[in-house]
Order: sequence, then structure tokens, then C-alpha cells
Amino acid sequence: MLYDVAIIGAGVVGGLIARELSRYRLKIVMVERSHDVAMGTTKANSAIVHAGYDAECGSLKAKLNVEGSRMMESLCRKLGVKYLRNGSLVVAYRPQDMERIGKLYERGKKNGVEGLEILDTEKLHQMEPSLSQEAVGALFAPSGAIVCPYELNIAAVGNAMDNGAELLLDWEVTKITEDGDGYTLWSGENHLSARYVINASGVYADHVAAMVGDSSFTIRPRKGQYMLLDHDCVGSVTHTLFNVPNELGKGILVTPTVDQNLLLGPTAEDQEDREDVSTTPEGLEKVQENARKVIPSVNLRGVITAFAGLRAVGSTGDFIIESPRQGFWNVAGIESPGLSSAPAIAVYVTELLAGQGLLLEEKEDFMEERVAVHRFNELSMEEKNRVIRENPLYGHVICRCESITEGEIVEAIRQNPGARDLDGVKRRTRAGMGRCQGGFCGPLVTEILSRELGIPLEKVTKFGGGSYLNVGKTREEHIHEND
Amino acid sequence: MKTIDLVVIGGGPAGMGAAIAAYDAGVRDILVLERDHRLGGILEQCIHNGFGLHRFKEELTGPEYAWRFEKELRERKIAFRLDTMVLDLSEDKVITAMNAEEGIFRIQAKAVILAMGCRERPRGALNTPGTRPAGIYTAGTAQRYINIMGYMPGKKAVILGSGDIGLIMARRMTWEGAKVEMVLELMPYSGGLTRNIVQCLKDNDIPLLLSHTIVEIHGKERVSGVTIAQVDENRKPMMETARFVECDTVLLSVGLLPENELTRKAGVPMDVRTSGALVDQRRMTEIPGIFACGNVLHVHDLVDYVSEEAEIAGRGAAEYILQGSEPDPNPVTVRPGNGVRYTLPQRIDRAEDTTIFFRVTDVHPAVRIRVKAGEETVLMRKRPRVAPGEMETVRILGSKLQGYMGQTLTVELEEEAEHGT
Repeated sequence: MLYDVAIIGAGVVGGLIARELSRYRLKIVMVERSHDVAMGTTKANSAIVHAGYDAECGSLKAKLNVEGSRMMESLCRKLGVKYLRNGSLVVAYRPQDMERIGKLYERGKKNGVEGLEILDTEKLHQMEPSLSQEAVGALFAPSGAIVCPYELNIAAVGNAMDNGAELLLDWEVTKITEDGDGYTLWSGENHLSARYVINASGVYADHVAAMVGDSSFTIRPRKGQYMLLDHDCVGSVTHTLFNVPNELGKGILVTPTVDQNLLLGPTAEDQEDREDVSTTPEGLEKVQENARKVIPSVNLRGVITAFAGLRAVGSTGDFIIESPRQGFWNVAGIESPGLSSAPAIAVYVTELLAGQGLLLEEKEDFMEERVAVHRFNELSMEEKNRVIRENPLYGHVICRCESITEGEIVEAIRQNPGARDLDGVKRRTRAGMGRCQGGFCGPLVTEILSRELGIPLEKVTKFGGGSYLNVGKTREEHIHEND
Repeated sequence: MKTIDLVVIGGGPAGMGAAIAAYDAGVRDILVLERDHRLGGILEQCIHNGFGLHRFKEELTGPEYAWRFEKELRERKIAFRLDTMVLDLSEDKVITAMNAEEGIFRIQAKAVILAMGCRERPRGALNTPGTRPAGIYTAGTAQRYINIMGYMPGKKAVILGSGDIGLIMARRMTWEGAKVEMVLELMPYSGGLTRNIVQCLKDNDIPLLLSHTIVEIHGKERVSGVTIAQVDENRKPMMETARFVECDTVLLSVGLLPENELTRKAGVPMDVRTSGALVDQRRMTEIPGIFACGNVLHVHDLVDYVSEEAEIAGRGAAEYILQGSEPDPNPVTVRPGNGVRYTLPQRIDRAEDTTIFFRVTDVHPAVRIRVKAGEETVLMRKRPRVAPGEMETVRILGSKLQGYMGQTLTVELEEEAEHGT
């Protein structure tokens, strides 16, 4: 099979590039080593659309962050993704840190960030009344926003697929060979060929680059641990609250999410391991300590879950968007502000491919908007009743905590890119995302997955691979043999 | 909008018991709303026996116990809707519910009985560090897998928490051929019933490690093991005692939380000690006409007590509907004292015979339970042993209460023997 473009990695970067390329008459494939999209860095990060004052002037990070942040709202609207411009505050707790606030302000203006304002103590506490009394001032960035990264990722891949792009899951690239007109990607025995290859493989981007002999950069994973609090813990917090970066570190944030939880984190721990996303007592303590410092009244008993993600920190300090060989592009080192920049990265990469000879012919039938997902909870009573009349599955609540219906779960399994496991349903619908963490709905969703996918119940997994949920029927021979 | 005299939210033992009692007290226009596809609530998956010893003097299984109530409900032709989720409850008793046949509908009720039960605390609430693989279940979820769906959650389990469901599941897993390595309990005593420790653990040679916890969960895709450690008197793990235990399954039985989302939506004042509503002796909350009973009000150890409480709530709701309600302006306030975690009801607004339910904070051999008004002893009862896992009660006669209207009664424990025995 010969493709025009193959994208390695279906995270938010790869997904948005695929979606951007799917505007044109191109044969596109995304290959992803996991059982679902959004399984790497995209799954576990701060979910922030940064305003763009943080990155060094003149860097790719600064340029793409400011552009991406400007594009995000309209992109989210088209893809049906929740987005909230809640504004961010970089808070100073010592008078001497106000100097740094001033520097961030200047840098932000140079980077082209709009609306920046330095707040005094009084104004700051008016805006964020539950903030610690020790806060002395802040940089306010009204263009700071929040978005759900995996929701954006899923919607981007889905929209790309609706526009003809293909997605191959459980397809880990193990070897790349060059042929006359492009590259052949291998996954064990399976292979496919493409004239252009985009390496968007996150923490493994240097390994993939090495497959074509490029060793110009390395990636070092940096772990970030997070805690998520229940809806009733958000209280009056509305802004994303950063600490001013100083000699004590970059600080840990406190932010509401688009789904009205409170997110605390991340830690920043450099490590060798590219798989280790375990949480540690020290990490979780650090996250809680910061939260108590920022919001003294925070209810840490409302923790729903804790998790960790890995940022792909590149060795150059900036995003690495370069072509070591004709037709092969690294889109690597996409650490913070990677999510914010992703929409702009997609456009930028598309232009770079065109510059290298990829012919961009616009499709007349490109669907810019994703087929709407039913967000049942957001409908009016009349609309809900209409939806239930059309499909009674929407009248059947499966997840009690988040009020998610069977109709939404079936839709998540059927709509591109279809959920194939328990966590996939959770990320698409929020079933199991609430305070009971799937205790009640987990078995029910497992049954629905088994039915919709036509697979036995014991083949349904949490997230693919060996993440099996049960070991088969009770009183079966193999269980007794194990005694 | 449809009006109904009494809407009962939840068709488990509490909801069914309350509906039956309200019917028997003269209410006819009753509707029970149940979110599952059958009545019985959590009893449907509790296929072990031991239910009904107090109430029926018989050992029944959970489904058998539930069926006795369902039969009575059906005999009285009390209306119920299954697969129906209540989405909202307002302070003025308007219920918004939804199911596949009727869509979303609203009901104006004269009285409402909250009987939504409880849910298990998940892993997140524990902050257990480590990975997030498949194979971590609450004990109740594992129970559903085995008893309702007929699937085994795993082959080799470590159970954290010695609550009753954890103990029951230790035995159930073992009987189904799985190996239960151990049950860990953070506290120096078990939170479960003594009979369950004997019948579920001892009879099956499953070790119970008190003052122990899981400090890390291992495994990338599926659980591969846990690191366990002993804890000191402040419940902090002593890392020098840490060791790895191989397993593919972790079951959590670390507490139950009343499911009071609707209660909060209606603005019903809550008790931080029970995590349920503040109620009077009839189980009426501080919003007139809204009642609560069963595990949504406070977590019970035995379903027999749930049924007893449900009858109280059902009769209370009937009285409210048929006669109206004039709360005494001079109620008795009941509060927990030394050694007592909570008391229920929290308010007695009429001098009538009342049972006070309570839970103690610690295990004590031989104690006296004292009910006091100020420094005056109203009542004293001896108990050979009390434990946090078992509900205690004291009954006060109406004639006695008469003299204490407007006052505060405190329920407290007093050690009978010297300390340290």
C-alpha cells in the first residue's frame, strides 16, 4: 500500500497534522503503537492552552504557542470539543518575585500575547478570592484557556478519518527502510510505504529518527504527577493558577478543568524510563503541598484519582520540527506548550511538506466540522426527550456519577475513532470518570463493549494488550488448575 | 406535572421496606423509582447467607431476603419503575427522572423517601501510589463480576480493607478457585463483623494482617503485585517492613460512602459524621416531607437494621402525608460523646419510644453506654464488647424522653474494666 503521508504516532500532534492534511487530496495513514489514540503524553498533561508569555522570544515554541492559542477556540468549536477561556494567573508570593512577573509581562508582549495585565494584591484577591492571603500580585493573561487534550485528540483523529485518513492501532514501528520514492514502515511483518513520513512519536521520537539514521537530537522523558479532585472541590477557583517561576522551581499549578474538576500538578522529574508513569508518595505529597499553599481551603479529601504522564523533552530546548532527509520530518520535543501549539504545528508542518514537494490540492468535500457527539447532559429537557424517542438507549443511564447513557457509550464505540476498550469509552464519554471511578459502570460498559464489538467478555480490556479485566467464566478448569 | 403522594427513590431493601410500611399505614399513591433493571439493590449480588437472622430468625441469602420484600410490594400492588434514573430532586419535592420508555418526566411528590444506598470508596480516595493497571477492583465490583456476570476477576488476589464485603469476597474468590494471599487492614482491628472474620478468613486459612497497608501497586498492563508494609500508630507505613507480594488482582474494601448527590441537590442539611442527612426520630430530614433511610442515611452493618429503619421512615412519611406535621418547637438534640463516632437520629421532636443507633470509634471489651443530659445520667447499658464495625443501639422510652425536651442528650462510652487488660 502506498500512501502520500504516513504519520507515526496518533497523539494530539499527529492527530491534528492528519486532520490538517485531510483537507487535501492525499492518502494519509496514522500508525499508533497503542490500542487507542491519545495514549502517550496527550493522555496526562495539564490540559492548558498557554497564552504564550513563557517561551523564549524568537523560538519556535513562542511563535507556535501564540498562533496555536489563537486558533484553538475555533478549532474546538468545529470539532465539538469543550474549550473554556478562563484566563490564567501567574501568582507571586514574595515581593521580590514581582520583578519576574514584570519580565514575563515584557516577554509576553514581545511574543505577541494580547491583553496581559499586572495585578496588584487587591485586584488579584478580588479575581480569585480563595487564593492564599500570601499572594502579593500576579500576571493576568486573559487569553489563557483550558481544553481536554484527549478529547481534542480523539476529535481530530475522528475528523481526519471522516475525511478519509486511515488509522492503524497496535501498529508499533520497528524498522524504517528507504526506497526510491519514499519510505517503508515496518511493524514486525506488517509494512506500508509512504512518500512522506512524519515522526510524531512523542517520547520515542529519537528512537524513530534513529531508524533513518538521524541522531541529531535525543528525548528525555520528564514525569509529571497529577491529582484530580471531585466536582464539589472546584469551589470558587476559576483561573488557571501558576506560581511565578523562581530559583525554587517552576512550580505546580492548580486549575479547574473543562469538566469542572480541579486538577493539581504536575511534578517535574527527569527519568530514563520511557514507560514509567507510576505515581510516588513523594510526588503526590509535593502536589498536595503546593495545592494547600495556593488554595489553603482546598479539600484534598475529594481526590478522585492520581496519575502521571511523561513530557517529551527534546535536547535542543525548542520544538524540533526538521527534516533530516527528503520526505522525513521530525515533529519532536513537543513538551509544554505542545498542546497549545498543536493546531499551529499542524499548519506549519503542512506548509513545510508542501515546500518539499507535496502537492496540496484542496478537496471540495472536506468536512471541517466533526459529526456532533451527543452530549446528553448539555441538552434541554425537550431535546433529551427527542433523542430518547429516536433511540431509547439514551434513556438508560449507565454511569451514575457523571450521568452517562448507554446511547453515548454505543456512539463512542461506533464513531471514528471507535472506542475498543474500557478506558477508551471513559475518555470519550466520561463514563467511569466520576467519583466512584467505574465501580458501578465498569462491568456494564464491559458488557456493552463485548456486545458492540462482537467479542467475548474476557477479551474486553482496560486499555489493550495484557490489560485484561477478567480471567474467564467462573468454575472453569483452568482456574482450578492454577491452585 | 404529575403529582404523587409518596415517591421512594431506590428499590433496594430500604426503599421497598419504606414503601410497604407507608402502604400499611394508609398511603396508596406510591411510586418506587429504581435505576437497576430489577428490585433488590445490592442484595441481588450478595448470594451468601446470613441475612435476616434478626428479622426473620432465619439465615437467608441476599436475593432471598430481597424477594420477601419484593413479594410484599407486589402483593400490595405498589407501583415501581425499573431502569429509571432520578436526575434531580428539588427542595419543594419535584423529582426529575428518566428512562427509555417515558423519556424525562417530572413528578410533584407530597413526600419523598431517599433510599439510594451507598457506594464503595475507590482507589483514588486512598492515594495509593504506583501504576494504574487493570485488575484493581472494589470488592463490590468483583462481587458483581462473579455473582451476577459469572466471570472471575483474577486468579491471585490481595484484599485491602477488612470491611464485610472484603471478607465475603475473600471467601468467594477462594471458593471459586482463586488464591487470596491475604487481607490487609490499616487499623489495628477489623471493620467487619466478627462472624465474617471467622467464617470467611479463619475457615479458609486466609491471613488477616492488621495495621498493614499497600504502599505501591505494580504492573504495567495487569497488576503484577503489591508492596505492603506495616503501619505505625499514626497509620504511617514503616518502610523497613515493606515487602513485595505477587498477585494479579487487588480488591479494595476500604469503606462505604452514602450516595447523597440528590440529597445535596435538594439542599438537605447533612451530618458530616454520617455523611447522610440530619434526621429526626421519624427519619425526616430538615426539609419537611423529605425522609431518608438505609445506607444513604448512614452505613449499616446488617440489612435487618436497614429494614427496621425503612419501616420507621415509611410510617413517618405516611403520617406526614395523611396528618401533616407539626414539629415540636422543643426537640431533643442527640449527639455523640466520648468513644462514639455518630448517633442517629440527631433530633427527637416528640416524646415517643426511640431507638438511638450509633457507632463506636474503637474496639472495647466490656463497656458501659451512658446517655447523659448535661451531667445527669438518663440511661446506662452494659455491653460485653463493642467494635466500630458493628452498629450499637440504645432504646429510650417516650415516658423517659418527656422530661428532656429541649435538651441535648449525649451518648458516650465508659470503660468498665481497667485499661490495658
